[in-house]
Amino acid sequence: MITLEHVCKTYRVSKRDAGFSSALKALFHKEYEYIHALDDVSFTIKDGEMVGYIGPNGAGKSSTIKILSGILTPEGGTCRVNGLIPWKNRIEHVRNIGVVFGQRSQLWWDVPVMDSFELLKEIYRIDTLSYRRNLEQLCHMLQLSDLLKMPARQLSLGQRMRCEIAASLLHSPSLLFLDEPTIGLDAVSKLAVRDFILKLNQEQKTTVILTTHDMQDIEALTSRVILIGKGQILMDGSIENIKKGYHSTEEALADFYRSHDL
Amino acid sequence: MKLYGKYFAMHLKALMEYKTSFLLTCIGQFLVSFNVFLGMHFMFRRFSNVQGFTYNEVLLCFGITLMEFSLAESVARGFDTFDSMIRQGEFDRVLVRPRNEILQVLGNRIEFSRVGRILQAAAMFIYGFSVSQVRWNFGKIIAVLFMLVGGTVVFTGIFLIYAALCFFTIEGLEFVNIFTDGAREYGKYPVSIYGKRMLLICTFVVPYALIQYYPLLYLLDRGKPYYLFLPLAACLFFLPCFLLWKLGVKHYTSAGS
Repeated sequence: MITLEHVCKTYRVSKRDAGFSSALKALFHKEYEYIHALDDVSFTIKDGEMVGYIGPNGAGKSSTIKILSGILTPEGGTCRVNGLIPWKNRIEHVRNIGVVFGQRSQLWWDVPVMDSFELLKEIYRIDTLSYRRNLEQLCHMLQLSDLLKMPARQLSLGQRMRCEIAASLLHSPSLLFLDEPTIGLDAVSKLAVRDFILKLNQEQKTTVILTTHDMQDIEALTSRVILIGKGQILMDGSIENIKKGYHSTEEALADFYRSHDL
Repeated sequence: MKLYGKYFAMHLKALMEYKTSFLLTCIGQFLVSFNVFLGMHFMFRRFSNVQGFTYNEVLLCFGITLMEFSLAESVARGFDTFDSMIRQGEFDRVLVRPRNEILQVLGNRIEFSRVGRILQAAAMFIYGFSVSQVRWNFGKIIAVLFMLVGGTVVFTGIFLIYAALCFFTIEGLEFVNIFTDGAREYGKYPVSIYGKRMLLICTFVVPYALIQYYPLLYLLDRGKPYYLFLPLAACLFFLPCFLLWKLGVKHYTSAGS
C-alpha cells in the first residue's frame, strides 16, 4: 500500500544567459530560480496494482519515483510505503523494492552478468535457496540462460534490459519501479519485456509503477494511469478518459498536454 | 566485511580484462613516491640534520607517515571520484540498496593500482625502522600501532570530507588534496620544523601532529609518556567528518534523468 499526501518538492536551479560574459557575471552573482517539481501531489496505490505514471518531460515523474524509493526527501507532505517512510527508514524500505532505471545500468560493465547477480545476492543477503529459485525462474521467463556468462558491455540493449530487470527482482521485492524500461528497444525486446511485466504482476502479485513515454506500453499493461504535469496530478483513472474520440492514444495525449499548456 | 570482500573480488575480475594497463600503473605509482625519498636523501647529504632531527629519525617519520597514508588510501581513496558518482546519478543506485552508503561507495571504487604505493610504503616503513636507532620496548611498539591506527583514521576522515563536500558543490574540490597528498608530502618531516603556528594548527584543527610529531618524540625518548596515547585522541577527528557526510546525504538532490 502506497499513500502520498500533499507531497511538495522544490529544486533550486541556477540561471544565466549563454556567453562568456554572463558566465563571468554568474561567478560573482548567481541568480536562482525555484522550480516546483512536485506541487501538492496525493495518490494511493493498493497492493498488487499496476499503475502507469505518465506526463511530459520534466513533469515530476522521476522526482516522485525518487521520493517513493527513498532517494529524495520532500519538503512537505507525507508518504508511506507499506507503513514505512522511505527516506527515514531507508534501509528497511529498500529491502522490499526493486528499481529499474531504463537509462542507467546497474550491471558491472566488465564482468559476466552472473557475477553482478552474485554481488546482488550478497548486498541483499538473499539466502542461497531462494536465490537459486528466483534466478531459475527469471532465467526461464526472460530467457537469460545464454546471456549470464557474457560481460554486460557485450550485450545488446534489449538483452541488457532483460538482465537489468532480472537484477532488480532477485530479492523478490513486493514493489517494482520501472523508469522507462522499454526506451530504445526493438519491437521484439519490447514485447518480451511487456509480456514479462504482465506475468510478474499477475502471478507474483508484485505492485508495479511504470513511467514511460510509450503509449503502447500503457495500453498493453495498465488499467490505471496517473497523469502528472507541472508537478500536479491532472488525471487519475483509465486512459480511456483521454482517448475518447481520438484515433490514437498518442494524439489524444499530445492534445491533452497542449490544452493544459504543458 | 564480507560484502567488501565480494566487491574486492568483482574488481579483481574486471581487472583481468585489462592486464597491461594495470601493470604499468602499478610501476608508475611505485616510482612516484620513490621520488620523494630521493629528494630527501639528497638534501640530507648537504645538511646533517633538520631542526634537531637526524636523517635516520626523519626517515622513520617518513616511513610511518607514508604507511599511515597508504593504509587510508587503500581503504578510502574511492572517495576521490565521488563527484563523478554524484554527477552521473550513480549514487541513486547506492541509496536504493539496503546497505550502508559509505561501504557501497568504497566498494564501487577499489583501485588495485595503489598496490604499487603500498609496496613502496611498506619498503620505506621497514627501511625506516632498520636504520632508526630507537631502543625498542613494549610501549614503543604499541605507540607505532597506535600511530598506524590513528593515522589511517585521520586520513580516511579527510577523504570523507572531500566526498561530503561534493554533495554541496557537485564538482570535486581539488584544494582538499592539500590535506591528503599535501600532508603526505610535508609529512615526511616532523611537523614542528614548519614553525610553532603550524604545529598548533596540526594539533588542534587537523590533528596531523598527534599521529606523527608527538608519538615520534615518544619513540625517540624525547616526549612525555602520555604522548603515546595521542594518536588515539586523533581518532576523534573522524566524528565531525562523519557528521558532515551525513548532512551531505540529507542534502542530496540527485541528478535529472
